Amino acid sequence: MVRSIVLALGLVLVAHSASAQMGSLTVVTSFSKDVTDPIRRAFEKSAPGVTLEVQNRNTNAGVKYLEETRANNQVDLFWASAPDAFEVLKAKKLLALYKPKARGIAEKVGSYPVNDKDGFYSGFAASGYGIMWNDRYVKAKKLPTPKEWQDLAQAPYYDHVSISAPSRSGTTHLTIETILQGEGWDKGWRIIKEISGNLHQVTDRSFGVPEAVNSGQVGYGIVIDFFAFSSQGSGFPVKFVYPSVTTLVPANVGIVANAPNRMFAEAFIEFLLSPAGQELLLTPTIRRLPVRPATYEKAPPDYPNPFKDKNLQGLLTFNAELSEKRSEAVDVLFDQLITFQLAPLKAVTKTLHDVEAALAKKDNAQARALAKEARDLVAAMPVTDAQAAAPELRAAFTGGKQKSARQAELEQQWAAFAKEKYAAAQAKADEALKLVR
Amino acid sequence: MSDRAAPAPSVRFADTFPSRAPRGGRIPVSGQAVLALAIALFLLVFLVVPVATVAYVAFTEKGTGAPTLVNFLDFARTDLFVRSFWNSLYVSAMTVVWASVLALPLAYLTTRFEFRGAALVQTLGFLPLIMPPFVGAVAMQLLFGRNGTVNLLLEEWFDFKIGLMEGLNGVIFLQAIHYFPFILVNLSAALRNIDRAMEEAAQNLGSHGFRLFRRIALPLAMPGYVAGASLVFVKVFDDVASPLLLNVKEMLAPQAYLRITSIGIDDPMGYVISVVLIVLAVVTMWGSAQVLKGKDYATAQRGGGGLARRRLTRGQSVMAYGVVLLVLALVLAPHLGLVLLSLATVWSFSPLPDDYTLAHYARVLGDSSIYIKNTLLYAGLAAAIDVAIGGAIAYLVLRTRLPGRQMLDWMAGAALAVPGVVLGIGYLRAFYGVTLPGGVPLATLWIMIVLAIAIRRLPYALRAAYAALQQISIALEEAAENLGATKARTVRRVVIPLMTGGLLAGFVTSFATAAVELSAVLMLVQNNSDAPLSYGLYVLMQTPAGRGAGAALGVVAVIIVAVCMGLSQLAADRSQRARGLDI
Repeated sequence: MVRSIVLALGLVLVAHSASAQMGSLTVVTSFSKDVTDPIRRAFEKSAPGVTLEVQNRNTNAGVKYLEETRANNQVDLFWASAPDAFEVLKAKKLLALYKPKARGIAEKVGSYPVNDKDGFYSGFAASGYGIMWNDRYVKAKKLPTPKEWQDLAQAPYYDHVSISAPSRSGTTHLTIETILQGEGWDKGWRIIKEISGNLHQVTDRSFGVPEAVNSGQVGYGIVIDFFAFSSQGSGFPVKFVYPSVTTLVPANVGIVANAPNRMFAEAFIEFLLSPAGQELLLTPTIRRLPVRPATYEKAPPDYPNPFKDKNLQGLLTFNAELSEKRSEAVDVLFDQLITFQLAPLKAVTKTLHDVEAALAKKDNAQARALAKEARDLVAAMPVTDAQAAAPELRAAFTGGKQKSARQAELEQQWAAFAKEKYAAAQAKADEALKLVR
Repeated sequence: MSDRAAPAPSVRFADTFPSRAPRGGRIPVSGQAVLALAIALFLLVFLVVPVATVAYVAFTEKGTGAPTLVNFLDFARTDLFVRSFWNSLYVSAMTVVWASVLALPLAYLTTRFEFRGAALVQTLGFLPLIMPPFVGAVAMQLLFGRNGTVNLLLEEWFDFKIGLMEGLNGVIFLQAIHYFPFILVNLSAALRNIDRAMEEAAQNLGSHGFRLFRRIALPLAMPGYVAGASLVFVKVFDDVASPLLLNVKEMLAPQAYLRITSIGIDDPMGYVISVVLIVLAVVTMWGSAQVLKGKDYATAQRGGGGLARRRLTRGQSVMAYGVVLLVLALVLAPHLGLVLLSLATVWSFSPLPDDYTLAHYARVLGDSSIYIKNTLLYAGLAAAIDVAIGGAIAYLVLRTRLPGRQMLDWMAGAALAVPGVVLGIGYLRAFYGVTLPGGVPLATLWIMIVLAIAIRRLPYALRAAYAALQQISIALEEAAENLGATKARTVRRVVIPLMTGGLLAGFVTSFATAAVELSAVLMLVQNNSDAPLSYGLYVLMQTPAGRGAGAALGVVAVIIVAVCMGLSQLAADRSQRARGLDI
């Protein structure tokens, strides 16, 4: 048997080296087939003889893959949405320097620079975050249509909202971070927890949210815009809105350090930024926002244009450095305070909605005060923003020397904190409810 | 069967297995030892080493890498993990109960009675095991979810809903449907292997009906049932896909998966959980061996090939078909949903799709033939490896007295509990640095995908082989040897033919589940041309437009596996009939 395995390996090897003779280019990407296929076909047409090998991995797995295989790297390009994944790769010296030559590309989209300031990766399309909903669902259940993040915290939305965990989805992480930066740490978390009290579920992958909204299992989803646009493009009865606190962030491409086919990798980046490449982004199943302003002339009438539309002007300036510093803390906080405490959080939220409804009919100052206390208890945070970004806390997650506690200890502390606060809030809310009944 | 319900013909060898094991000799001991060593080496290289390169992290301090056991203390002190542990235990145990309820009638009716379409029922009853990743979940939600077909209709007609897909009970519901074929396949194989003389003897003594089943057939089929039930238990304990599909995260395996894939490869807690999972799997396997220990399930007379098939009276027939159809309707509902989804244009918040189209099939058949070819190749090779190694391990453990032979069993059984991503990362770590002449890393060859799948599915084939061998009386082998056959010839001419049914069950289980294996594959696939179906599905299911196409590809996968299944079922029946006629 050993001999036959060796033989098989030998055969494979021969086959492999034969195919390597032709020009080929390997890209690791989190983008779906709907995005990569049209672009691959167009690129291969523009560069005859070159084949593009697409390896589909989600962003985190892709980063991990590059790390694990760096000793003998076979990948040329990394191609994904989340800018912080590129920051991680850059910090680990897994990217190579390249400044694209293409002209006519905007410097900034929204208020975010399109390209990495150090030149390790380039933006090729922009995306923003917002709320998508299933029109049939909303009509059948006579629910409102949201405009702002806070709307999702209202009583009618209870048990109808879905989000993916920021620890599992680069895009949700950016959404949460956007709210925290736009509203400030304490108010931001308060909003996030109030919305979370209305969640039906926290999914473990980004696409789980549009999937649930598309199939009508939940009404509303907090998503990146192209999930909604491409769902519309595929015929699903869904709508989308950008809240005023949002940010446009570029999706990026970068050459991997020691890329075996660097020349082709450069050609691919230039193709993406060329007029033809940018126009491909308007395809119904892709629907990303091009970074070449001229391309919007070819867009369908109601296509969002970040360079013209008023609601997409003067958006929040996203602070990537701050985001990077506290990214693990934000993820773990969300998981420990929300994802794994969803049942008690939902219970207290439901009671508070009931109190609110009763108060609207007949006011009661004491009940109102109790409800406020309960809300404050729910909103309480175990750490301040300064602590969250502090190097000691970070060391607990990255395994640094000066850590204050092990990650598992911190998690247990935060979980216990949330459990206690939610229980106390529940007691107050119950008391308030008794008063108004 | 503590009361020893059936007087087995081999009762003269009344003592337990180990003491009855032959005393070396025929295949010279060295031959057995070489075989055992070869298997041990295989498991070492492709299971133990890759897993160890990752799992040792559980015993180190994060950052410094200093050895420590503090992580296990953290595990016990973290509410979430402790809660998850009990949840997992509860779900696994309840799933075994419900899976048994689904599997028993199908297995008994189709093997024990003249039942038209028994082969079809067996094949259909196996399908739930082949639930393509992701798309199966969507189909289930569209049917049973809170705004799925069932609930939308219930709400419209009766104004209430049932939370079939909510929380731990939802997981039990899904897992029982998904994994009951393990019990069905192993129990059916075991029932077929029972000597009909046992039953006839009992009938002559006046036993019949349910008592006959409870006191004779079921106890004699115990090895098959235990093999299936223990697989279900461990598999449910270690399964990531179904709980996550329902967004149930507070179970142990999902916790491990989520930690390893989101917090990172250096975080010890994910591996601590993995170690707990592995230990629990080994303990379960050991426990199931203990249950069967000291009892003799072998029956010697093989002429008739299985229980006598009795005729059903008219009334019994109606009831039997009723029960079978009911069970099949329930367990095949997800596949019905899958077919609908593959034909739907848009299906959103409505009991049925808006309209139907064949476009998804056109799209998929156009560019997926490479996936199909790869899947057949990989799953076929992997299942062949599994049956060869599984059969050999079962033989070494049950029929020889090699020291340490039990270790092989445990090692292979532990594979059940190794999370797919751990194995995948382990392969990258262990084999990426090894380059072939020409600079191609070993880990990038497709044969590594085959080996990873083979390791993950080995326990299935092993359990089946084990059960099959436990039911063969050693007297038959001794008879062959007394007539002068060598050990090797005895194995070839007596043991393997008698084990065929069990080995085939193992092959089919390994093959079918290998065909939809995803988690390890996802880590190891290097390019599209080497990718199997499950990867193609994963890629499609990340986009709104890919949903229908993904469902179509899922249907194609199910059909392929079902056809292979049906063929092997036919072959099994035919060989059994042929043997029956020989005597």
